[in-house]
Amino acid sequence: MTTPLLEVESLSVSYGKVEAVHGVSIRAGEGRIVSVIGPNGAGKTTLLGAIMGLLPSRGTIRYLGEPLAGASVEERVGRGLVLVPEKRELFASMTVGDNLALGAFARRRDGEAATRRSLDEVYGRFPRLAERRDQLAGTLSGGERQMLALGRALMGRPKLLMLDEPSLGLAPLIVREIFSIIVGLRAAGVSILLIEQNARAALQVSDDGYVLETGELVLSGPSAELAADPKVAATYLGQGAGH
Amino acid sequence: MDLPIVALLAQDGITNGAIYALLALALVLVFAVTRVIWVPSGEFLAYGTLTLAGLQLGKASGIAGLLAGMAVVAGAMEAWRSIGDGEARRLPARLALWTGLPLAIAAALYFIAPLQPPFFVQILLALTAVTALGPLLYRIAFQPVAEASVLVLLIVAVAVHFALVGLGLWFFGAEGSRTPPFTSASFELGGVTVSGQSVLVVATSIALIFALALFFNRTLYGRALRATAVNRVGARLAGISPGFAGTLTFTLGALMCAFCGVLIGPITTVYYDSGFLISLKGFVGAIFGGLVTYPAAAAGSLLVGVLESFSSFWASAFKEVIVFTLIIPVLLWLSLTTQHHEEDE
Ligand SMILES: Nc1ncnc2c1ncn2[C@@H]1O[C@H](COP(=O)(O)OP(=O)(O)OP(=O)(O)O)[C@@H](O)[C@H]1O
Ligand SMILES: [Mg+2]
Repeated sequence: MTTPLLEVESLSVSYGKVEAVHGVSIRAGEGRIVSVIGPNGAGKTTLLGAIMGLLPSRGTIRYLGEPLAGASVEERVGRGLVLVPEKRELFASMTVGDNLALGAFARRRDGEAATRRSLDEVYGRFPRLAERRDQLAGTLSGGERQMLALGRALMGRPKLLMLDEPSLGLAPLIVREIFSIIVGLRAAGVSILLIEQNARAALQVSDDGYVLETGELVLSGPSAELAADPKVAATYLGQGAGH
Repeated sequence: MDLPIVALLAQDGITNGAIYALLALALVLVFAVTRVIWVPSGEFLAYGTLTLAGLQLGKASGIAGLLAGMAVVAGAMEAWRSIGDGEARRLPARLALWTGLPLAIAAALYFIAPLQPPFFVQILLALTAVTALGPLLYRIAFQPVAEASVLVLLIVAVAVHFALVGLGLWFFGAEGSRTPPFTSASFELGGVTVSGQSVLVVATSIALIFALALFFNRTLYGRALRATAVNRVGARLAGISPGFAGTLTFTLGALMCAFCGVLIGPITTVYYDSGFLISLKGFVGAIFGGLVTYPAAAAGSLLVGVLESFSSFWASAFKEVIVFTLIIPVLLWLSLTTQHHEEDE
């Protein structure tokens, strides 16, 4: 394998005196979907926050072969490292169209035409957003909100897209739709770091997986192997060990 | 009290109200994007009038000195930060922006002023110079504490207010100034005399408010400022840096206040310390909108202007008291009608 897109080495993150992530190392390769699964409070969101630069951390994060230390959140976005956060963080009192337009803020130097093209692409992928382009983001349904968050992130033309629980609070039908979109993105050349509670779906679509528990990595490997692991099956896939 | 007097008072009130409205919008904008209660907005207004008055006399040493001083401080801070962050290669570009540009503006003013350019050019020069102080002030005083609580930011703002009053005395002197009216024309409208000056002030305010509305609704940068006001984390994740948003906001805010200074120059004599009382009236207006909604803030400011004008006729000794007492029922009404929504997380 060539140098991975993202290489996180012995990363520790603390909230005040309490350490929430302890020396975690993960890699996300080009053109792959990498999933991180784990129970509530395992430190998954914290891990993404640190990679994004929202939280201070110790250890090294290399992206595109270069250390990210010192780069601001905005600079990371400009280099194609884009996060869809757990809380979505949409601009509630602005329209769907405005939210999407702002997703391309970091790419503004590419010009109007490039933004237009991204916008058409996003509307193509999410026809429901196109219908609602003048609706305020705060009035969207949960599923539409998640699509808007994804769409806004895609407007930034990410190289590595980090998704924090994209299926959170959504009905099974929409979850399936979201996951098929994620697979479609990989086909379009976007590498993905996926955080999920829905371990079954995450391990199904991803190439590699990590299991995070109370801030520490307990397992890692190709997703198919992880799904077959009896411990994972018992804890995360809801199957008794004997089945 | 007959119709002509009512009409005259109303006219005065609306004219002042239009200026307060601009101030109120500047306050709302700065608060929404940066969470700073912009106490020193009045000093920018005073600097605007005093700079224009100085240019009338062919002098610009005061504003040029102020700009140069702040440019040097900002440059030193940039150098400190760049070296601390190990980003020395970015230093030249940052110095050009934070020190070179303001110094160039200061120099331009200093050398053009004695040539006594036409009034219109003087206005442009005054606006440019005072506007340039906005981002410098943000860089020096507010950006280093941008993540602090609203209370800390307010304390910093009060400190900056006192500092700017002192600097105003140092650089502009203690004498008050008035600028000549833009026009001495007046006309009859239904038996009432309307001064061209009033019409011009109101029209300029309205035009400026429209221009701002266009900026915020139609341009990417305007939307970026709104986005920062709505959701700071979301804005950062879209690549909008809070520092950039703050700088742009203070530039716009300074421009609006400088405009107010130019508009108010022919109406009242402005001293280095006159700004505070004027900006408080804009603040009362802004409170009408709960410091967040623009149309309510503008409407409130108009009301403040009209109330002030009528109370100066009936009870001139109490006119400030009456205007500032207005804030109490407004606050009561606001506290009763708005549910205290939790900070959106
Ligand atoms: N701002 C904070 N201050 C203090 N502790 C925090 C903060 N945010 C998270 N934590 C703690 O850090 C730990 C990891 O939280 P994190 O949000 O990363 O978990 P998670 O794996 O994303 O969980 P979930 O699946 O429920 O989203 C938890 O114990 C949590 O209580
Ligand atoms: Mg989480």
